[in-house]
Amino acid sequence: MSETILFLAHTEADSSLSRLALEALAAAKSLGGTLVVALIGSDVQTAADSIAGCGASRFLSVAGEAFSESRYASDAAAVEALVKAARATIVIAPQTSQFARCVAGVAQRLGGRIDTHVAAIAEGPQVTRWYYRQRMEAAIERAQRPWFLLVESGIAEPYPSRDQQGAVAVEMLPAEVSSRTRVLGRQAPKAERQTIRADAKLLFVAGAGWTKKQADGAAHIDDAARLILGFLTATGASLGSSKSLVDLSGEGQAVLPFLSHMNQVGQTGSTPRHPKGLSTCCHGEEPHVVGWRFIRERRAINLDANCGWARGKADVLYVADAFAVMERVNALLVETA
Amino acid sequence: MSNSFHIVVCGGIVPDPLQTLEPAIGPNGPALKNELLLPHVLDPWAAHALYEAAHLAKAHAGSPPVSKVWLVSLAPKAKLQQVMMTVAQRVPFELVAVDGPSGGFTDSFDVAEALAGAIEGVPGLDRARLLLFGGWESASRAAGATMQMVGERLGITEQFQGVDELTVGEDGSLRILERVEGGQHQVSVCSGPPAVLGWATGNLPEPANSPQIGMQNMRLMMSALQKAKPARVGAGCTFASVALPKQQRETRVVKGAGVEEIAREIVEWVTAE
Repeated sequence: MSETILFLAHTEADSSLSRLALEALAAAKSLGGTLVVALIGSDVQTAADSIAGCGASRFLSVAGEAFSESRYASDAAAVEALVKAARATIVIAPQTSQFARCVAGVAQRLGGRIDTHVAAIAEGPQVTRWYYRQRMEAAIERAQRPWFLLVESGIAEPYPSRDQQGAVAVEMLPAEVSSRTRVLGRQAPKAERQTIRADAKLLFVAGAGWTKKQADGAAHIDDAARLILGFLTATGASLGSSKSLVDLSGEGQAVLPFLSHMNQVGQTGSTPRHPKGLSTCCHGEEPHVVGWRFIRERRAINLDANCGWARGKADVLYVADAFAVMERVNALLVETA
Repeated sequence: MSNSFHIVVCGGIVPDPLQTLEPAIGPNGPALKNELLLPHVLDPWAAHALYEAAHLAKAHAGSPPVSKVWLVSLAPKAKLQQVMMTVAQRVPFELVAVDGPSGGFTDSFDVAEALAGAIEGVPGLDRARLLLFGGWESASRAAGATMQMVGERLGITEQFQGVDELTVGEDGSLRILERVEGGQHQVSVCSGPPAVLGWATGNLPEPANSPQIGMQNMRLMMSALQKAKPARVGAGCTFASVALPKQQRETRVVKGAGVEEIAREIVEWVTAE
C-alpha cells in the first residue's frame, strides 16, 4: 500500500521552522510515498515558502491568532482537521512539548496509534524507540493506520530550508476553537539565572555530593554554587542535576539555589542531547545512566574509583575531589580566555 | 467560594529503578526477564501525581460535596497488592484495581481503554468536578500518550502535560505550570474542572509513612483487589527486536593524579572543537 505521509509542524515565534521540525521533514521524505505538509501557527506562509522544494504534493495549514499559543483544545482540533484533510496514513511530527501534549489525543479520536520519542525510522516503515527510560531499545512495526510518530532530535540531517525557497499555495483549513484555557505566557523557573542551554556543546551534571558534608565535616553550599556557576559562565555549558529537587528537599538536604525542576536528568528527569558531558559528585546508581544515554563523550569526577555509574559508562573517570579540581579548572579557563 | 474536587489518579507499577532490567521474548511478545519476581514500585511520576492529588484534596476538602482521591491502577493483582502495602501508608485514597499486564511493551491505546472503562465505573464520581491526574510519562513505556487518550475517552479537552504546579483560584480556576522547551514553564489558566493533568515531579516530597492512613486505606483495598476486572491489553504492534544498548565503554580511570594535571586535561577536552 502506498502511504500518504503527513509532515506536521508548528511554527516558531518568528514564523520559522525549528531545526527539529526540519529533521522530522527529512525523516518524512525518507519514507517515500506521497508527502503532504501540514503547518500550524499564527502565520505559516513564511515557513511554507522556506520548504517549498521539499516535494510535497500539498501544503495544508490551520492558522490564525488562536493557534499562536500552544494549547490542547486548539492544537488537537487543528491536527485532527489536517490529518483528515490529508487522509494521512502516517503522520511524522517533531517531539515538542506542543505535540507531546496533543497528538496522542488526536490519535485516539481518529482510531490511530502513536509512538513517541522515536529515535530512528527505517524502511517498512520500522521505527526504533526506547523503553524503560532509555534502558532498552526496540524496533517495531504497526499495521494500524493512521500511525502518528513523534520523532526526537538527531533522527536525520535537517532538510535544507532557506528563505523564499519558493512560493507555495497553502490550503487553509478551518478548525473549531473552543477552549476554557487561556495561555498567559512563559516563565523561567524561580532560579537565580537560566542554566539550561539546549544547544550547549557540554552538559555539566552536578550530583548530590556537592551539597553533602565534605572532609572537614561541613557542607560548602556557597563554594559549590560559586564553582558550578563559574564553570557554566566560562564554558556556556548546560547544567543538569542527578536528583530531583523534591527528593533532595524531602531528605532535608540543602539545594543549590539556581537548580530548578528542569535541571534534573535521569529517571524522573530529562535525557538531554549534548556532544559532551562532565559529571561531578554523582552517585553510582544505574538509573542515572538514562540521563546520559545521548551524551557522546562522557567524563566524570568522583571520589569513588569503583563507582558503578562511571565505570563502563564514562570514557574517563577522574578519581579526585571535585571542589579542588573545579576550582583549578575555572582558574585555567579564565587564564586561557 | 468552596472548591472541592474528585481527583482520579492513573498510576501503574514499574520495576524498582535500582533493578537491572533485561528483555526476554515470550509467547506473547517481549517482556522483562523474571518480571514477576522483580520488586516493583508505584511509577515515580504517577507517585508525584498521587501526592499532589492528596495535597489538593486536603487543601480543598470542601464542605459536602467533599474532595476525594481515587487511584486507578492496571497491574497484575498480586503484584499490585504488594506495592499497595507501601503506597497505602503515604496518603488517603481509594483504590480501583484493573487486573492486567503492567509492563512497558503494551500499547497505550489498550491501556487507555481499560483505565477509562474503570473510571467510568467508579460509583459516585462527579465528572463535572473531575481532575484526572497521572504521570506525564511512565518509567516503563515512557510514551506520554495514555493520559491524553483516557482524557479523550472521557470527553475532557482541557489537558496539560509536564505539570509542575497547580494553584486553585478563589473563583475555582486552575493556574497550571507546564514544562516546555528551554527550561521554561508555560503558564495557563483553565476555568475549572474537568481537566487532565499529566504531572512531572511537582513540588511535594514523598510523604512519610503513616500507619493510621495505611489502616484506613486497607479497609477498602483488599475488596478493590478482589473485585479487579481483567483487562485485555496487548502490544498492538510487531516487535522486530528488543535489546539492551550496546555501549559498554572502556573507562580510563585516572587515579593518583594531581589536581593541576586533571584540571589541565579537563580544560583541554572542554575547549577542544
